[in-house]
Amino acid sequence: MQAPPPGALAPRASQFVPRLLIGVALALTAIFVVVPMAYIFHRAFAEGWRLFAANVLEPNTLHAIGLTALVAVLVLPVNIAFGIASAWLIARFTFPGRKLLLTLIEIPFSISPIIAGICYLLLYGRQGLIGPWLIAHDMQILFALPGIVMVTLFVTAPFVMREVLPLMQAQGSEQEQAALTLGASGWQVFRRVTLPNIRWALLYGAVLCGARAVGEFGGVSVVSGNIRGQTNTLPLQIELLFNDLNVTGAFAAATMLTLIALVVLVMKTLMEMRRG
Amino acid sequence: MTPVNAPASTRRSKRVLPGFGLTMGMTLTYLGVIVLLPVIALVLKGAEIGPARFFAIATAPRTMAALQLTLTAAAMATVFNAVYGLLMAWVLVRYDFPGKRLLDAMVDIPFALPTAVAGLALSALFATNGWYGALLEPLGIKVVFTIWGVAVAMSFTSIPFVIRAVQPVLEDLDPQYEQAAVTLGAHPFTIFCRVIFPAILPAFLVGVTLSFARSLGEFGAVVFIAGNLPMETEIASLLAVIRLEEYDYNGASVIALMLLLIALLLLAVSNLMQAQALRYKGGGS
Repeated sequence: MQAPPPGALAPRASQFVPRLLIGVALALTAIFVVVPMAYIFHRAFAEGWRLFAANVLEPNTLHAIGLTALVAVLVLPVNIAFGIASAWLIARFTFPGRKLLLTLIEIPFSISPIIAGICYLLLYGRQGLIGPWLIAHDMQILFALPGIVMVTLFVTAPFVMREVLPLMQAQGSEQEQAALTLGASGWQVFRRVTLPNIRWALLYGAVLCGARAVGEFGGVSVVSGNIRGQTNTLPLQIELLFNDLNVTGAFAAATMLTLIALVVLVMKTLMEMRRG
Repeated sequence: MTPVNAPASTRRSKRVLPGFGLTMGMTLTYLGVIVLLPVIALVLKGAEIGPARFFAIATAPRTMAALQLTLTAAAMATVFNAVYGLLMAWVLVRYDFPGKRLLDAMVDIPFALPTAVAGLALSALFATNGWYGALLEPLGIKVVFTIWGVAVAMSFTSIPFVIRAVQPVLEDLDPQYEQAAVTLGAHPFTIFCRVIFPAILPAFLVGVTLSFARSLGEFGAVVFIAGNLPMETEIASLLAVIRLEEYDYNGASVIALMLLLIALLLLAVSNLMQAQALRYKGGGS
């Protein structure tokens, strides 16, 4: 028997399988991904707008929102500066240990945030390496803002670099070298040539970093001490409300973080449309 | 420029751009203070414990139970994500249908959503009075406070890995081998198994490894749904936190070090496979 030409049998034979596969994919995504996210809003507003507002404006939750925003505001500039610097270093120069450096920057992606938190406790804790010295000098890092910020810097380390580096590598350095030849200073080259070229990747990296910073749970939970109304960030406040059996309150607090997640998704889609 | 200066400038041609010292300084400072110093503290603490005590803590029944639960649940989650991820990548690359772009965007929800929020939503959905829990209970399936709950939480937070690893490779796949197989009369399923799957296998394995590694480290989503019963539904990273709260720094360090070691091992494996995947891709095109 001769093989049928491709396409002769294909339409009839392949109608069923694609539809089945698409259907299963849609159903699974709806069940496991879409419904859980929609459910957050459903539960937050299930008992009305008034209760939702009361839950969000509850002093401890409000404080947690403020603290979380403060952490993000402190983490973002540092991470952006580090992200641009490390991407520039890796994209524009060759030096021994370059690959190792890249691996080290990406290590926080592979390490559980809980481990990061434990590392910080072993370094700055009462029995830690630097802990006794800190106590002697009356400085507090753990169970306070500095510890929360530093652990957040740990878990978000690669975010900006990862978005900026591929773009810098793809674009090459011809434009920058041309600008230098024309007599521009290093800062001028950076502001006028490099920054405009990487601005979208930088923005996206910053959004990812910010989203991760406000959503970080494990690492922060170890170093924050969970002091209500003092060192409780929004994700920790959600757990606290959940454990207090105030589930509606927990969902109300969760909507804030879900909105940030939605911003990330919209940005990512826009970025892909720009590229494609 | 005078010819005398020429040799010097070509020798330094790679360092023409400014900022080497500045960016190197910034990068090393951040890495050193934020990442390396704390990790060194953990390693030093581990060395201080000594091999005998380390082994005793590592093999204590509660530690073993926690590790076993973590590994088993992560394996369950990864099997699901491998199948679902492969299906999603296939559907997103090979078929056109309304809502495809939206589906593609939805895949990233688990990475965008904070893990505590995911854990909260999943635990409420799978609770016996929740939407999913109520459906599953008559079937005798209990998710919340069981290993299934742990696996569900781990699976959710690592869904995108396999999809995002396989998708680009599937897109770049050269259609000529497939066309040849069709011409030779191969069944579509045979083509998938013998032609397509071997080509995407390296990328698939990278995705699977990343998914497994992420599942092992997941904390936020799991603690909401697991019930956290010692010896039953207590994951390893939670046990480490409990040891810390008991001021048992040795216990916490040993568990953390074991998790760190597994994570670094998986990172090395995935880097190796990634290199191989790139070579395969380079050789194929």
